[in-house]
Amino acid sequence: MKRVLYQTALGLLVGLLTAMPAAAADGPASVKSLRDAPVAGDEQTAGHYRQELDAGATLPRDFVQQPPLVPHATSNYTVTLNFNKCLDCHGWARAQATQSPKISVTHFRDALGRELSSVSPSRYFCHQCHVPQSDAKPLVDNTFQRVPGLN
Amino acid sequence: MNPTRWIQALARRAWALMASGLSIAFILGIVFWGGFNTVMEWTNTEAFCISCHEMNQNVYQEYRNTVHYSNRTGVRAVCSDCHVPKEWGPKMLRKLYASNELLHHFLGTIDTPAKFEAKRATLAQNEWRRMKANNSRECRNCHDFSFFDYTGQAARSARQHQQGLDSGQTCIDCHKGIAHCLLAVDQRIGHARPQAVPDGVLHPD
Repeated sequence: MKRVLYQTALGLLVGLLTAMPAAAADGPASVKSLRDAPVAGDEQTAGHYRQELDAGATLPRDFVQQPPLVPHATSNYTVTLNFNKCLDCHGWARAQATQSPKISVTHFRDALGRELSSVSPSRYFCHQCHVPQSDAKPLVDNTFQRVPGLN
Repeated sequence: MNPTRWIQALARRAWALMASGLSIAFILGIVFWGGFNTVMEWTNTEAFCISCHEMNQNVYQEYRNTVHYSNRTGVRAVCSDCHVPKEWGPKMLRKLYASNELLHHFLGTIDTPAKFEAKRATLAQNEWRRMKANNSRECRNCHDFSFFDYTGQAARSARQHQQGLDSGQTCIDCHKGIAHCLLAVDQRIGHARPQAVPDGVLHPD
């Protein structure tokens, strides 16, 4: 009886010793975050949050067919399944009351170019093209110039 | 017994009785009123509101994304700051109405997100009607427009605020859905949505 107990304990100890290093090696190193950063490594510092620009006037465009930029902060304006905050001012029904630019009639066209009687659902996510600005200086010098027709 | 002495004794006894009665009533008054007020204040805390899962799972989660929950300076407006009046009379009335909310809590009227979503239009419009009727009184406990400094506001805000206030509008006329998600509104995008409310509901003229 004593011998059986001794053998079981020894077996358990050997098992533990052989299995443990493998388990440890399999641990934090192979687990990665969504951004592929190792979990065990130093935490990445959060990027600098830039204040959104509230220009108070429309911003100039830099190239033909450029979607107009958003000249105001939009951080608390949500676009959900139920409600689109942008169209609450820029929709045709609301533009006059809020003195906002109306959404372009090009947005009343579906993907096949057919004219619709209301805004196309494919244009629902305004921020895909129209983006708010911040006072960010160019990181490198460049020679980009606005096309002459837009100057 | 001499009638004069009897009357004197009675008067002394009445005084003693009245003095002790008054002091007992005074102490009981402090205890009961203090207790009543403490319970009343406790039912005004955020922790009390979100102890019900209806509030915790639905409206509280939406509120957590808004400026009244978290902002630059950390000055917050919790549930009761907007939904319970500060004045004593209206506050007691609102607390009485809350018995209806208790009833629906036990009936399970909005105990799942789907059930809540189905009732959102009704519930939101009830609250908008209340705020419109009392001239957005709860907003004005903090945001008093007589003390607006329009030079500190963005150009758009200053313009809209002056226009709205001049035409007799009140906060809730424009500021809907600022602490919770909005109900489905028909904004004339794509096909008409029968379950959505017309956008006239959002902007009554």
